[in-house]
Amino acid sequence: MEVNDVFEKVKNLFVDELGIEESKVSMEAKLEEDLEIDSLGIVEVVMAFEDEFGIEIDDDELADVKTVGEAVNLLHSKI
Amino acid sequence: MKTALVTGGSRGIGSATCKALSTNHKVVIGYSNSKEEAKKLEESINSNGGNAMSVKIDISDKNSINIAFEEIEESYGIVEVLVNNAGITKDNILPRMKDSEWDDVIQTNLTGSYLITQRAIKNMMKNKWGRIIFISSVVGISGNQGQSNYAASKAGLIGLAKSVSKEMGARNITSNVIAPGYIETDMTSFLSEENKEIIIEQLSIKRIGKPEDIANVVAFLCKEESEYITGQVIAVDGGMTT
Repeated sequence: MEVNDVFEKVKNLFVDELGIEESKVSMEAKLEEDLEIDSLGIVEVVMAFEDEFGIEIDDDELADVKTVGEAVNLLHSKI
Repeated sequence: MKTALVTGGSRGIGSATCKALSTNHKVVIGYSNSKEEAKKLEESINSNGGNAMSVKIDISDKNSINIAFEEIEESYGIVEVLVNNAGITKDNILPRMKDSEWDDVIQTNLTGSYLITQRAIKNMMKNKWGRIIFISSVVGISGNQGQSNYAASKAGLIGLAKSVSKEMGARNITSNVIAPGYIETDMTSFLSEENKEIIIEQLSIKRIGKPEDIANVVAFLCKEESEYITGQVIAVDGGMTT
């Protein structure tokens, strides 16, 4: 799967699961500041990622993820 | 109609809770060993116009929980109300207690409640609504001779419930504890008449509790209107702890 395809899936999850406006979701967008996702929201997104992509994400790997792009790259590396 | 799962639902407090919830919930009777009682209760609720199914769950086993939840979700959709009622006792005074007695009681009563709550809560989060009720015990608050393992497991539920209430409040999931006093069930049937009299003497309400006394409070906490009550321990004990 190409990075761009992963981004599209991630964007859909943000829009569907968390009700975030589609236009706000860019690779550069910061999860907490720009998208206003709280810590529980991040957990929800991670659980949705795990279901969607059939992978497991460790808490350690998440520590450095602050933007949509970093999340996309992490997922891309695991698929 | 929302779906409510009651663990240990076939007998005692669990059975009364299933009946009380059946007026406005789809009820899942979780049982481990009492299949016959569970089926009887299921039939009784269904023949009275309710919706009930019974499912075997060994709450101390993650695999058993997953299998049970898949069966529930297929028939009734996601579990929106979870009543953590299943529990066991293996009484002994501490100097005589075997490791296995300690481990079994902690594994079922505390770890089992953790495992099943974790399984249920993921869908509650997605659904942005949930009610979790832990049936603890007054002995989790005040301790009891011969029950250090049981009291520790029941006290543990209070810490678990309060933590869950803080984590999940933003998702409209409430988490509360009911601490029953002496309730007339199989679990307390070993008490002699004489000992019952001694217990009643210490109560404000001069009778042993009925399973329905607990079930009514569970039903109240499950209501939509109870959404502002969370992280609480409600003793339903005839005034034993005041």
